Amino acid sequence: MSTTPHGEVEAIYRAEFGTVVASLTGRFRDLDLAEEMAQEAFVEAVRRWPTEGVPPNPGGWLTVVARNKALDRLRRESTRQARHEEAEMLTAHEDPAGPVTSVTDERLRLLFTCCHPALSREAQVALTLRLLGGLTVPEVANAFLVPERTMAQRITRAKRKIAAANIPYRVPRDHELPGRLRGVLAVVYLVFTEGHLPGSGADGIRDDLCAEAIRLGRVLRQLMPDEPEVAGLLALMLLTDARRAARVDAGGALVTLDEQDRSLWDTAKIAEGHDLVRECLRRNRPGHYQLLAAVNAVHTDAATAADTDWGQVLALYDQLYAVTPTQVVALNRAVALAEVEGAASALVVVDGLDLDAYHPYHATRADLLRRLGRHPEAVAAYDRAIELTANPAEGALLAARRDALT
Amino acid sequence: MTQYLLSVWHDKDATPEDIYPDPAEREASYAETGTFNEELRASGNWVFAGGLHSPNTATVVDGTGDEPVTTDGPYSESKEQIGGFWVVEAADLDAAIELAARGSKACRGKVEVRPFQGE
Repeated sequence: MSTTPHGEVEAIYRAEFGTVVASLTGRFRDLDLAEEMAQEAFVEAVRRWPTEGVPPNPGGWLTVVARNKALDRLRRESTRQARHEEAEMLTAHEDPAGPVTSVTDERLRLLFTCCHPALSREAQVALTLRLLGGLTVPEVANAFLVPERTMAQRITRAKRKIAAANIPYRVPRDHELPGRLRGVLAVVYLVFTEGHLPGSGADGIRDDLCAEAIRLGRVLRQLMPDEPEVAGLLALMLLTDARRAARVDAGGALVTLDEQDRSLWDTAKIAEGHDLVRECLRRNRPGHYQLLAAVNAVHTDAATAADTDWGQVLALYDQLYAVTPTQVVALNRAVALAEVEGAASALVVVDGLDLDAYHPYHATRADLLRRLGRHPEAVAAYDRAIELTANPAEGALLAARRDALT
Repeated sequence: MTQYLLSVWHDKDATPEDIYPDPAEREASYAETGTFNEELRASGNWVFAGGLHSPNTATVVDGTGDEPVTTDGPYSESKEQIGGFWVVEAADLDAAIELAARGSKACRGKVEVRPFQGE
């Protein structure tokens, strides 16, 4: 055992918090108790590890310490006889250095409980980041730019609903799994997109949220290695995040894919993303995230923007539209169509869409009109896009494009 | 096991004719709801159920003062009013949701699932 700096304990905290909460919830069926005792176990770790050193299995140590604290709490608080007997039954204290059984399933159960469809999407995201991601309440509040008190209430209410409505603590049965997994993937991707293109706040990109979403994606992948959409989502996030350094210029404006300095891309993340996409292709069970990942794989495979295989991108969007026939997918497909068949063909498609409140619609339309030389209409479309975007980096890009036309 | 209130909600002014424009459809819905009730009894989920007369038959009573005060009409002025309900006992919320989905299909209305306080 060696002594540890505080930063290492922090890293272990983030990595192990979900495991500890999941393990305690599995045992005591009480999310509040699990969360509080996990917190206390980390307080003890912060106190003891710097002098005693980090134990060989820190996650196991934390789980056993948290479990013992929970037993103490239950014994102390058991006024009713039944509760008392229950606590007695739960055996004596365990040795923190002793072996700990696999908690893989527990973490998965916790994830599905946090993302239960009976909870609002914002509660799902908050619970997942807090209980599984180990973010503190102030951190979760800060991530979504809401007051700490609001976030604390949101999390408390969600936990209360789980207990009162008896939301089960289990992995859904086979016939429910596809739908429920879609919900979990949506939560993780929402965390990522909020980091990648924040809808509010002063930052163009929030690295912490992107990193957290990728970490959750890796946990999911480890827990459900045979689900191609899980691999697809992780690949999508990696291939998007790989371009982060090139996405914003020195002035804070967003840089579009065709103008990015590709030498700034993260080659390790790209390689990992490409491996995952190849794995998905081998499985041949395409889905929404896999196809989006494949589109990003085509882009990150091109040495220069001019080398992009747009025919391939368009074919992938055709497949994506078959899986997810939404107007937003149709809009993104039109961007590829513009490269393959020209801006005029794409504009016909775009003008047939009903996405007036969606700023990328106006941004795409503006670019197509600009390429067709219809500048006054392009300026009006840029104005509308700028009016609708809440992201400062994107606003700066759109304003620069518009100003170049006037 | 947890007990849940499964309540069916309709527009406050809706008559049975509004909810089921086609008489044959209304008969089919009543029959399916009857079958669903029998299934609830057989599976042991049944606690209680009932359909209600329209909201304009409701009376509000305030007994908190010295004398009870009685007024006409449903308590809530909301556009949607409860039209009927089941009380069921289910293993957990997922089980209650499955029952609610079947009840909703049978009675052709959206169903709210709400847990009773325990003990």
